[in-house]
Amino acid sequence: MNYFPDEVVEHVFDFVTSHKDRNAISLVCKSWYKIERYSRQKVFIGNCYATNPERLLRRFPCLKSLTLKGKPHFADFNLVPHEWGGFVQPWIEALARSRVGLEELRLKRMVVTDESLELLSRSFVNFKSLVLVSCEGFTTDGLASIAANCRHLRDLDLQENEIDDHRGQWLSCFPDTCTTLVTLNFACLEGETNLVALERLVARSPNLKSLKLNRAVPLDALARLMSCAPQMVDLGVGSYENDPDSESYLKLQAAIKKCTSLRSLSGFLEAAPHCLSAFHPICHNLTSLNLSYAAEIHGSHLIKLIQHCKKLQRLWILDSIGDKGLEVVASTCKELQELRVFPSDLVGGGNTAVTEEGLVAISAGCPKLHSILYFCQQMTNAALVTVAKNCPNFIRFRLCILEPNKPDHVTSQPLDEGFGAIVKACKNLRRLSLSGLLTDQVFLYIGMYANQLEMLSIAFAGDTDKGMLYVLNGCKKMKKLEIRDSPFGDTALLADVSKYETMRSLWMSSCEVTLSGCKRLAEKAPWLNVEIINETDNNRMEENGHEGRQKVDKLYLYRTVVGTRMDAPPFVWIL
Amino acid sequence: MEKVGDYDELVNLKATELRLGLPGTEETVSCGKSNKRALPDDDTEKEIESTGKTETASPPKAQIVGWPPVRSYRRNSIQTKKNESEGQGNYVKVSMDGAPYLRKIDLTVYKKYPELMKSLENMFKFSVGEYFEREGYKGSDFVPTYEDKDGDWMLVGDVPWEMFVSSCKRLRIMKGSEVKGLGCGV
Repeated sequence: MNYFPDEVVEHVFDFVTSHKDRNAISLVCKSWYKIERYSRQKVFIGNCYATNPERLLRRFPCLKSLTLKGKPHFADFNLVPHEWGGFVQPWIEALARSRVGLEELRLKRMVVTDESLELLSRSFVNFKSLVLVSCEGFTTDGLASIAANCRHLRDLDLQENEIDDHRGQWLSCFPDTCTTLVTLNFACLEGETNLVALERLVARSPNLKSLKLNRAVPLDALARLMSCAPQMVDLGVGSYENDPDSESYLKLQAAIKKCTSLRSLSGFLEAAPHCLSAFHPICHNLTSLNLSYAAEIHGSHLIKLIQHCKKLQRLWILDSIGDKGLEVVASTCKELQELRVFPSDLVGGGNTAVTEEGLVAISAGCPKLHSILYFCQQMTNAALVTVAKNCPNFIRFRLCILEPNKPDHVTSQPLDEGFGAIVKACKNLRRLSLSGLLTDQVFLYIGMYANQLEMLSIAFAGDTDKGMLYVLNGCKKMKKLEIRDSPFGDTALLADVSKYETMRSLWMSSCEVTLSGCKRLAEKAPWLNVEIINETDNNRMEENGHEGRQKVDKLYLYRTVVGTRMDAPPFVWIL
Repeated sequence: MEKVGDYDELVNLKATELRLGLPGTEETVSCGKSNKRALPDDDTEKEIESTGKTETASPPKAQIVGWPPVRSYRRNSIQTKKNESEGQGNYVKVSMDGAPYLRKIDLTVYKKYPELMKSLENMFKFSVGEYFEREGYKGSDFVPTYEDKDGDWMLVGDVPWEMFVSSCKRLRIMKGSEVKGLGCGV
């Protein structure tokens, strides 16, 4: 193959951008491995403990963009204690020391400190893009360093982080010379915002395409901001309340009409629903609408808004929309690809609004639907069978019936057949979350049919180890398996240890695995980190006479090339 | 809550009930199926659902750690909204025409209209005139209005205080020319 000089091969590789493909290229032969690694600019590390910064830099010295993920997914639901790990500091330190030309850093579920942000801001002259999703550990002081020191900052995108807001002046830390911003998202900040600094920043950022404001930006400020940024493509409204006839509202209406490039709308963190009509003129252009934090928008105002959004591809909404509202979506949004329906009440007081009927309506009306996340009170097998028939193109199917173990509410049967129909019909299914009453049977179906499945979330499901075994044996492409409160134990865990080498990670909490089972696994597979998270007392586990048979509270195992991590807290026991 | 006698009767009836499920399948109770392990008790966010909300006789459901699977960020924002709208006082937003930002007051702090008016007058530095049953507020450019559960804007003072507190979603102090439209004597 190597008739061509390296530069030509490298040039060809430039057109190959997906991580999967580039990883595949590097496996072809030594020569390609070498060319690939020197030309690789973007690296994705799905588990920060699977490798370390030194190995990363040795292999990819020309790195420009790094994506890192830290804590396991169930950390989102408070199942992982805060101090578990996922620190970005050692990565930034190593990258800084190596003088690599880092331009972009994307972090998810990691612990980020102000010190890390300061170091980041000072170490990379061409740093352009910072995206933090579900991270924690930093304050607005860290943001101030980024603002002040990153001369060419293009993106500052903070999604659902827990940030200590010191109500400082981080926005005014952007120097007057900073005119390169394209994305600015600070919706998750809880504190006050310096409106003057914000307005001046937006006014001097002609490339600003995405702006997501926090709660503290009122409607009149929004009006002024939109007036000087008609090029806006993606807008997150902060506080949206005012009196419909006031001057600011009229100004806003005029400004919105000029925003002909607006394609994505979100926020409305505090909203007076009758003011939504100001957005009606641009709704026909919208492809993405996220009202999942807008608890005050429901009923007729919501319906009217949606009826204007005929081109919608992505909709995130609260379940207060109701089945009737979903029927409106089904008849209006024929281009819909992704739908997320979130619960407006976590305790499920019984008067929630979406049932299996809404889901069926959507599946019938939206032929392009491929991703769904649906929280609801009840479901039936019949509905799921219909959904599978209507939408065989699902890539992501996540159903959360709020009450654990709830059966088909009409037949009182488990929901095995319904989910079975989904996996059988949807040949491209990559991600699946189960809920409701489920026996081993559903796992038999999953093992048999879900050939492309990469991520599976199981809660309160199954009867015996057979269930887990069906999945481990059948799903060849499984990468992430997370299980809670299900009766799977050592037999399933130990049946095929080599399987875990093909997976990124396995999480099992409140299951039937024992300490001795985990120890045996760790012995058989030294290339795995087997972590036991025991918040009560690890010592007690040892002292207890029947130590081996003690059930493990939380097990998290993952493949790694760098062995046991050194930064684990005392309640994490790595076998 | 049902009385003990009623419960016994219910149990006996269940044995003869015609249902579509397989024999032996029972309607499940939420959290805590017998073959599942007891859940860890260390969740600091654990709440007992207020029995005031549900109408069924089922015991209050204890929240399971990390269920439903909703990100902490979203969970916190739902919780904040809930605290704002029930339990911890009844906070409603108050806007005043021409004021740069809104305020919030807790309606449960007041026992009757004059107290509320005084508080509003102090907050926004205005005075509201005198209330007349037929003509509304006379003697001032300012009129207090509120949005009720149906989304309609009503004059403050027409209904009994308790009815007002339970139906008021937000307050707006209208001013000047718009006031004329309400037919108030100005």
